[in-house]
Amino acid sequence: MNIIVCIKQVPDTVDVRIDPETNTLVRVGVACIINPFDMYAIEEGLRLKDKFGGKVTVITMGPPQADEALREAISLGADEAILVSDRAFAGSDTWATSYTLARAMHKIADYDLIICGKQAIDGDTAQVGPGISAHLEIPQITYVKKIEELNLHSAKGIAHSVIRAERMTEEGFEIIESPLPCLITVVKEINEPRLPSLKGKMRAKKAEIKKWEAKDLDVDPALIGLNGSPTKVVKIFTPPPRKGGQILRGEAKEVASKLVELLKNEVI
Amino acid sequence: MDYLLTEEQIMIRDLARQIAREKIRPVAAEYDVEGKFPWDIVKILADSDLCGIYIEEKYGGTGGGVIELVLATEELSKACGGISLAVAATALGTFPIILFGTEEQKQKYLPDIAKGKKLAAFALTEAGAGSDAAAIATTAEKKGDYYVLNGTKQWITNGGEAEVYTVIASVDRSKGARGAAAFIVEKGTPGFEFGKKEDKMGIRASATRELVFTDCKVPKKNLLGKEGMGFIVAMKTFDQSRPGVAAQALGIAQGALDLTVEYVKERKQFGKSISSFQGVQFMLADMATEIEAARALIYAIARMIDSGAKKISRDSAMAKLFASDMAMKVTTDCVQLFGGYGYMRDYPIEKYMRDAKITQIYEGTNQIQRGVIASSLIKESAT
Repeated sequence: MNIIVCIKQVPDTVDVRIDPETNTLVRVGVACIINPFDMYAIEEGLRLKDKFGGKVTVITMGPPQADEALREAISLGADEAILVSDRAFAGSDTWATSYTLARAMHKIADYDLIICGKQAIDGDTAQVGPGISAHLEIPQITYVKKIEELNLHSAKGIAHSVIRAERMTEEGFEIIESPLPCLITVVKEINEPRLPSLKGKMRAKKAEIKKWEAKDLDVDPALIGLNGSPTKVVKIFTPPPRKGGQILRGEAKEVASKLVELLKNEVI
Repeated sequence: MDYLLTEEQIMIRDLARQIAREKIRPVAAEYDVEGKFPWDIVKILADSDLCGIYIEEKYGGTGGGVIELVLATEELSKACGGISLAVAATALGTFPIILFGTEEQKQKYLPDIAKGKKLAAFALTEAGAGSDAAAIATTAEKKGDYYVLNGTKQWITNGGEAEVYTVIASVDRSKGARGAAAFIVEKGTPGFEFGKKEDKMGIRASATRELVFTDCKVPKKNLLGKEGMGFIVAMKTFDQSRPGVAAQALGIAQGALDLTVEYVKERKQFGKSISSFQGVQFMLADMATEIEAARALIYAIARMIDSGAKKISRDSAMAKLFASDMAMKVTTDCVQLFGGYGYMRDYPIEKYMRDAKITQIYEGTNQIQRGVIASSLIKESAT
């Protein structure tokens, strides 16, 4: 079973700051980590590999230093890593990013399942995973908290392989069945990510990371990077901190009527 | 300070640090109170390949030595000096096999220990034979293809939890120390049972039990070295393992100081953070300096042992003596800086003081270490 896990390198949330002048994230001197939700995606990929065999390929689109995130994934047990990186991809929004990653998946060609974290903690859009599946025209199951069943058909390439997964919704959960290949995004309830091993770390140090640039992928230049991005960011700002609330004290009856009055006058 | 560690040593240190921070620190208090054995942490250490860092690659380890064991023990002990002992005491039980085992013995026992599937333990101490190790009363009588063991070992770390035990017993009591021999005894051997688990002051996540041998038949092929070599096996083992105890003490001291620095910055008295008082600052500076001195000594000796040096007893004893006395002093001062809170079990600092105490006592009391150092001094000055 061949699994692709998409990861993103993000600033460690413990010390994220926004530059008040430029309204962009301050990235200088900020430690980078693998997006925490992607750690669950990696873990799920590794567990499926342990169970069904095959290999786990991690892929990321980002600047050259994202190499570090890929090596960390290898130290956890991933077999191969691909860095999709080119100046031409700079400024990509979620549409252009998912288009570019989908082209990379197309190049990989031989995969049964793509796993993404439900969203990245920096952008918080949760759009890239579903976007990739749309560009690839394969089914998607988002917010997966449990893979109930996975049946791999023995004859390769015949679409009888099936995944059945529990998907979290605000009201509870749904059970969705889909043929493979399929893309899933996972939530933190799905597993507990492992720690790296010493042998994994040694392997990661030496591992060869494939680097794919725009010319390596069959991409339409008009659809990548800033030019290929329909999203235009007008302004990013830190919202003002919420003002403290008001606590009413006293007898219940008295407080209730005071509250009604306040609501009438000030809020509604 | 930069100790010029290799890339692999840095990986070991960082990995142990990550496990200590993410997996051990959150549960250390619970293990301390309940006194339960940390099997789930052992599993994590095993999955991370940290159980075989001092075992050769051909036996399933990663091929390091004493320095690697020291680095990992230090980091794990920062979070809990009891939990770290599961692996450190396994090393103590494994060194006799590494140092004196035959190829067959190594092939049989080392791979499972390196993979963390089995823990090991070392059994020398008895009720009447602690520092005076020559007084051991456990006997091993040769009968055909077996040695028959009788006697009771006391305060054995990892007792009951380990699968592989190195046991020192006397094949000829009339010969005293020269009548001792070392045996590998597997858990489950008929006639080998465990006494009650001891209720200890500190290192409470570690299991300490009696080993009771009653006509226990141990195959002849489990003899380590030769008859009469039991004490050489024990002494050479301690030479290798003492830097590990020193590293445990070092980690306990560093862990306590780290918590204390955080605390004194937050604690306010007389309208200021107590870290602004020179009396407090000087204590912190002294502690940090002594910790660093211990670290430098331990790393230097660990590297000397790994380089294959033969005369290591004196230096190994110095590392254990210095680091454990330092840890006791530092943790006591840390409790002092926490004031009344430091004495309360709701705060994590008193545990460090309780855990530190044992490092002055076991694997040779610090009085015995001083004896080793002094006798080497006197012997060398005579030549």
